[in-house]
Amino acid sequence: MNPAIGVRVALIIFVVAILQVSAFSSVTIGGGGPDLLLVTLVSVALLRGAVTGAVTGFFAGLIVDVTTLGTLGLTSLLLTLVGYWAGRYGETTGQGRSHAPVLTTLAATVFVGFGGYAVQSMLGESISVRVVLAALPAALIWNAVLIYPVFGLVRRVVGTPDRIERAREVELLV
Amino acid sequence: MVGILVVLALVLITFSFRKPDSGPVASAESAAASALRPFTIAGERVAQPFRDVYGWADSLLTARSDAKRLKEETEALRQQVIQNQFAANENAKLKALLAFRDGPRFPDDYTGLAAAVIARPSGSFAQEIVVAAGSNDGVALDAPVVTADGFLGRVTRVYARSARVTLLSDEQLAVSALDVKSGAAGIVKHGRGSASTLIFDRVPKKVKVSVGDTIVTAGWRSSKLASLYPKGIPIGRVTSVGQADTDLWKQIQVEPFADFDRVDAVLVLVLEDGRR
Repeated sequence: MNPAIGVRVALIIFVVAILQVSAFSSVTIGGGGPDLLLVTLVSVALLRGAVTGAVTGFFAGLIVDVTTLGTLGLTSLLLTLVGYWAGRYGETTGQGRSHAPVLTTLAATVFVGFGGYAVQSMLGESISVRVVLAALPAALIWNAVLIYPVFGLVRRVVGTPDRIERAREVELLV
Repeated sequence: MVGILVVLALVLITFSFRKPDSGPVASAESAAASALRPFTIAGERVAQPFRDVYGWADSLLTARSDAKRLKEETEALRQQVIQNQFAANENAKLKALLAFRDGPRFPDDYTGLAAAVIARPSGSFAQEIVVAAGSNDGVALDAPVVTADGFLGRVTRVYARSARVTLLSDEQLAVSALDVKSGAAGIVKHGRGSASTLIFDRVPKKVKVSVGDTIVTAGWRSSKLASLYPKGIPIGRVTSVGQADTDLWKQIQVEPFADFDRVDAVLVLVLEDGRR
């Protein structure tokens, strides 16, 4: 990846991660709130691919875990997997499809909700699945509303990688 | 590449989980948290005006009903204050006569350390906040945390310049409590479903608890053990009381005085002379 793009991605993710833990996480309507960091990560991964998505997710999670004094690595693990999967989808079947951002965001929101629940449960935290289920509908709506504006902004800042155009016809020489 | 990151994350989780307050990972996390603290404080300050506007708009929607309720409460409280003054004088005299020994009380034995909320985990199940005060400021592990409205939670992790507070709305936290009016004792904990509702549990059926009763921390003390929380911090108001033949205890719902979703500043209670 171009170093200039790398710096831009790092800056965006850092600013958004700080805003997420200090501002957006206190916004709750209908039991859930927006996850701007997740939406931004999905946008970066769709635009820049799986490896960039995974690395971005890892460091974004690390910032969240450090600033919230949480279990180090927990959010990193979830966001690394989200970044990688969203990037792979963007590179393959989701490439060029208009519904890809919203579909990926919805899937990522569900994955982070239940994934976080699963990891926390494995660590011995007694969490009720009802809490996750109660917050999920509002979080899905919030993130679905946010994804297209955020995706547009992220695309303007980090651009899209030059991809080789698919061959439209093949001539067989016998 | 991705495999390495996943393994690294798992290693961090293992170290962080096994030794949350000591060891190289905890030290690195503490140093990183201190380095990021100015950014989270800046983020908090940038967001504050927007949150205030949101809070103002939200309060407008409930202003009329709030005004009516507060008017009724003021009338009731005015009468109660007079009765309480008589009772307090009498109580002080009787205690002096008996040389009564008591546990730590709020606010007499505690000082409040004011701290801003600088971060909140974004997960839906994490009922925690991070405050801008740590061990350098005198904050200790398990210190009770309150707001102007009432009890909020307990310090569950302390670093040099910041501390994590687990809120009473979290499933991990419970506090022994008393009904001020009837003296019924029980445990206040997270309510199922909504974080804004608490349950006053373990209250025997024979004890009378009424809607509108105020619940405060019990602050008990036995021969060797003492409650982490001082006596008399307001927790909430009883909103519903019920009981079923099959249950051992009453089913009591409590509306907390503190707003767990919108807390910007807290008071961390520190025992004045280190007693406990």
